[in-house]
Formats: sequence, structure tokens, C-alpha cells
Amino acid sequence: MADDFTLTCPIPISRYPHVVMAHGGGGKLMHDLIERMIAPTFGGPLAESRHDGAMFHMENGRLAFTTDSYVVQPLFFPGGDIGSMAVHGTVNDLSMCGARPLYLSLAFIIEEGLPMETLWRVVQSVRQAADNAGVQIVTGDTKVVDRGKGDGIFINTAGIGVIEHDLNIDPRQVRPGDVAILSGDIGRHGIAIMATREGLEFESHIESDSAPLAAAVQQLIAAGIRIRCLRDLTRGGLSSALIEIAEAAHVHVRLDETRVSVRDDVRGACEILGLDPLYVANEGRFIAFVDPADADRTLEILRQHAPGGESAAVIGTVLPDETPGRVTLRSAIGVTRNVDMLSGEQLPRIC
Amino acid sequence: MRFIDEYRDPEAARHFAEALRRITTRPWTLMEVCGGQTHAIVKFGVDDLLPPEITLLHGPGCPVCVTPVELIDRALELAARPEVIFTSFGDMLRVPGSGTDLLSVKAAGGDVRMVYSPLDAVKIAQKNPDRQVVFFAVGFETTAPANAMAVYQARRLGVENFSLLVSHVLVPPAIEAILSSPERRVDGFLAAGHVCTVVGFSEYEPLATRYQVPFVVTGFEPLDILQGVYMAVKQLEEGRAEVENQYSRAVQRQGNLPAQQLVAEVFEVVPRKWRGIGEIAHSGLGLRPEYAAYDAERRFDLATGPVDESSECISGLVLQGLKKPHECPAFGTRCTPEQPLGATMVSNEGACAAYYRYRRTPQSVTQEDAN
Repeated sequence: MADDFTLTCPIPISRYPHVVMAHGGGGKLMHDLIERMIAPTFGGPLAESRHDGAMFHMENGRLAFTTDSYVVQPLFFPGGDIGSMAVHGTVNDLSMCGARPLYLSLAFIIEEGLPMETLWRVVQSVRQAADNAGVQIVTGDTKVVDRGKGDGIFINTAGIGVIEHDLNIDPRQVRPGDVAILSGDIGRHGIAIMATREGLEFESHIESDSAPLAAAVQQLIAAGIRIRCLRDLTRGGLSSALIEIAEAAHVHVRLDETRVSVRDDVRGACEILGLDPLYVANEGRFIAFVDPADADRTLEILRQHAPGGESAAVIGTVLPDETPGRVTLRSAIGVTRNVDMLSGEQLPRIC
Repeated sequence: MRFIDEYRDPEAARHFAEALRRITTRPWTLMEVCGGQTHAIVKFGVDDLLPPEITLLHGPGCPVCVTPVELIDRALELAARPEVIFTSFGDMLRVPGSGTDLLSVKAAGGDVRMVYSPLDAVKIAQKNPDRQVVFFAVGFETTAPANAMAVYQARRLGVENFSLLVSHVLVPPAIEAILSSPERRVDGFLAAGHVCTVVGFSEYEPLATRYQVPFVVTGFEPLDILQGVYMAVKQLEEGRAEVENQYSRAVQRQGNLPAQQLVAEVFEVVPRKWRGIGEIAHSGLGLRPEYAAYDAERRFDLATGPVDESSECISGLVLQGLKKPHECPAFGTRCTPEQPLGATMVSNEGACAAYYRYRRTPQSVTQEDAN
């Protein structure tokens, strides 16, 4: 985590305690920032070649390529920060394609005035997260925008991974009879962010679930699990992920509410705020649709290798149905209802 | 999880449903007053467990839904002013006025902030002495004490740049309006548990006697609602019309006296217009003359006058239990959460939003129609 780093920031704080416009201006200050802070942190091609881009040999076969931008506030939150999130998010998107993530790009848009110390902490966090996920940062970019035109720091990462198997992991592969397996408990990231942002205090400390999912997915693939589709749960929560898959696959997914694991402190926070955990954001959980015969082995692997995997569970099945493209839920009291996508963010209720 | 799982136990739910079937001999129509109850009913499918003789109608207890359009337009006008920081509970932000909503005003540059407590709005006022901080004080008796406390504290602390845009409403007058309507279909009420936590339930006793209808003060979990329905039906079957308390773990007959005193200190009873329903006498709260300095409608010179409501939206009929959401021709077509004609389609406590979110499938509509 970002707090663990022991090295001190190599840009002399006494001279530049804050990022100034010139740190993105293409001149000496920008050169210094890259040479002294960023290149040494990441090493590899980024430090060695000084080229406009990274060049590398790839093995034959299929590649996966993805990009995502990160604008989270606050920049540091319990269980993570914008730097680790920017690595996990892109690593997870590659993992959901069934790829082994290899290389990431890293682009910063920094608001003038950001404390240099903050940038340093974020850069160190990116490095740690990349090491943990087994990926290399091979190219990058730094821009500085006028004060008031950013929100501290925005990050974009793009990633490349290799697909080393013949499975066709795609929502359209999901078929009646398949089971939906959730890799862990849900809702921690969204509640952790909301609690920090709004200054809400709960009795227990809720940490984000932000984590890389690559290792768990690689284990599933190595074990020969017949994976139909993988999807990481992000902003729209579990519900939105399931609806997207049901629509793409033209199937009816039946979810069992009581099988979805939500930690008591997260549940309590959701009850107080009037939020449904099924729609709360996650950053280190995924849903796997697999052949029903592989359900037990999938669970075993997730319990060992997935972050939060001790709560992994079969939460739903794909039904043969005449009205495809929908998700229904069997409620706690045993009645079935529709699950819908929200039009926007969930807003806390009045009373 | 304690206080949650035991009220969602499927075995106990079936047990209540069975007991209810045994005592029900003829059709009864009950109204759950609170929108929170409506959402629990639809979300957990509580009504699917009821015998076919029992119909649940959804009542007016959605504070956002009954806030009149002109007050929302005034909120929008205030929120767009550069000197104003407009604060509100989250649920109000997406509710349409006659043109736009608070989130759109925010996108256009207005300083609109969601708060979790009106006291947070007072803090914002303290931190921004050169700005005017307005809090949109909507809600029933449940939110009135906290809103009263905000004004009380603002005065005590000398925070002069704080004011309330008040749209407080009261439950018993609305129930009386429904009971005295010639179109009345309701045989009994599930009274809103949280409102009664504050005000108690003695106010319902004369209504139960005068109109000969049972009231059961009811909680919000599936088993609370099933038990509330059971108690109301039992009264009806036995020919009783009393006020009973299902939600005894939270509600006492006299309510929360310090909260009531605070509300009485700051607010007085006033007539109030309800969106889709019209004006109901003695049905709202307004700031007392001693606190008039904290009234945003007095503090600011507002241009918004009376506003016509959407002629196509039937939310008034829905809020009075005269129509169900899917009986509206615009439901799910010209009126959706993305393009709402009325507030009942966007609020967390709105009946139309509950039906749209949990019931929008071919089967469920058929099932509803069968009821």
C-alpha cells in the first residue's frame, strides 16, 4: 500500500513542494520529474530506452488490449488509492478476457498545485500494485493542467495481455444450465469510498476490496474450468454486470439473494443509507459463468486464490426462458422479482 | 445479521402467510402509508405471499413525491444563484420540477451538495460565511426533528447565512383526506412505523373511531409488514377498528417527547399543497414567526409563482391509492426513471419507481392485473 514506502521523494520538496505547470511543459522540470521520479520507479523499457513508445516481442497467439481512466475521490481511501486502483482496474479487465496481463501504460493528468509528496505516494503505489499483479509499466505520459481544471490527479492506464488458451470467454457463450459464481463478498469498495468522501463514521472500518484478479483467473484457466464468461464488478455493482451478460447472451439469469455474500458492516451501512448492495461498486470481485459440472472445482480455486475468496459462492443459474435478456432474483423470503439496471448512481433515501 | 435476518426469515414468512389465509374470509383493501414500506413490499415480494382476497394500496408517504412542483422550482431557482450553496438529501436531487432537476442545475454550475443530515448543512454554512446555505427541508414527521434541530442550532450558534426551504408534510391529515374521499377504497391502514417513532400513535385513535377503520403501526421489514397485514385483517374480520402497534420494538404510544418539543419550538402547523393531490388543511409544517429569519422563501426574492403540474402524470391518483403505477398509460413508456413525468418515478420511496425497478416483466404485470 502507498503508506508503506520508505524511500523519500527524489524531487527536492524544498524547491517544488507542489506540481507546477512546467512539470508538464516539456522542458527541464518535466524532464527532471520523469528522470528522477517516474523512470527509476518503474525501470525496464520505460527507464532504458527513452523512446516514444515501448517495443517488445510478443508470443504468437491472441492478445487482449484494454484501457480505463481513474478519477476517484478521495485519492487515498481505506484499502487503496487511485494508483493501486489504476493498476487493478486494467489488470482485471484483461483478466476478464481470460488474458495474462503483461504490460501497462500509465498516463497522469495532474492538477497544478498537487503536493509533490502526493504524486510520489501515488507513483509508489502504482509500482507496488504492478509488482503484486505481475505486470510491467512500460510507457507513460505526464500532463499538468491549470489549478481548478482537474481534481488533484487523473490516471489513465491501458494494458496488454496474452491469451494462452483456446477458450472463447465471451458473454455470448453463456447458455442455459450454466452457473454464476461470485468470487467473494460485495459492496466494500463503494461503501469505503462513500464513508471517506462524506465523512460517515461507522463502528467498524470498511476497507475497499480493490485487488488484482489475474492470479485467480489464471488458476481457473490452468485447471481447465470450462469458463463461458468472466466479468469484474465495478461501478454498477453485481446487478449491472449480470444484466449486461444476460442481455448479451440472450439468457435469463436467476439470482439467489441469500447466496450473495455481503459483510455485516457493509450490510449495516447499506441499510442505514437505503442502498442496495447489489448496486454498490466493487474493485476486486468478479462473476464467473461456468459449466455446471465445473462449479465445485471453480469454488475450490476461488476460495484459495481469489481476493475475498473465502466467501465465493454459486449465486445463480442460467434458465431456459422465452423472455431472455433479463435477471430475476429470488428474495430472502422466497419470492421472485425483477432486477433492473439503475439509471444513475444510487442516492441515499430521506427517511 | 441481527435485527435484519430474523425479519426476513422465509419460514416465518410462510407461517404468517398461512395464518393470514386461515383468518381471511372476504376481500379487504389495506393501504400501507409509507413509501419505504411500498418498496419493501415490492422488493421482497411480500404481496405475492398474501391471499388473493387482500389488496395492498400504496399510500402518500413519499416525501419527495408529494413536494409541490413550485417548491422544487423554487429550489432550482435558489440552487442556480451564485451566492447560494444549495443542500439537500440525495433522494431529492433527481426529482423533476416543471423543467429540470437539481442534478442538472449542478451540472450547469449551481453549487448543489448532497448531505446526510441538515446539521451538516449548518456546518457548511459555518465554513462558508460569505455564501448563503439553503437546506431543502422536505419530509414527514420523521425528518422534522432533525430539520428543527438545524434551525435551532443555527440560531444558537449565530449562523446567519443558513436557511430552510420548507416543504414539511404531516401524515394524519393526509390519511383523513383519503378516508373522507367519496372514492375511498381503503378498509384499513398500515401506519408508517418511523413517523410513529417520533409522534406516537394517539393521533390515529380518533380517526379509527370516527371512520371505523383499523390502524396497525407497522415496521419496514418483510415480516413486520406481513404481521401488520395479519393484525389489520384480524381486526377487520372481528369487526374491530382500533389502533394497534406491530412495531413495538421502536414505537411507543406517546412517541419521542423531546423530538416533539423541538419540532413544536421551531415549526407550526400550516396548510400545505401536496403534489398531485392539492392543498390539504393543517397538513404541513412551516417555521414559526420567531424563526422566520431562517425561512429561505422570506430571505430571498423568488420569482417562481404557482406552477401547473404535468397533465399526463397520474401520481396524485397513485399517491391516494386510487390507481396502481402500471395502470398509468405512460408507465414505462413515456415515463421512466430517465425521463420521469412525476416524482413517484424517481424517488427511492415512489411507488412507480418500485414497480418499474422490480416488476417490469410481462409476467408480473399479468399477475398484478389478476389481483
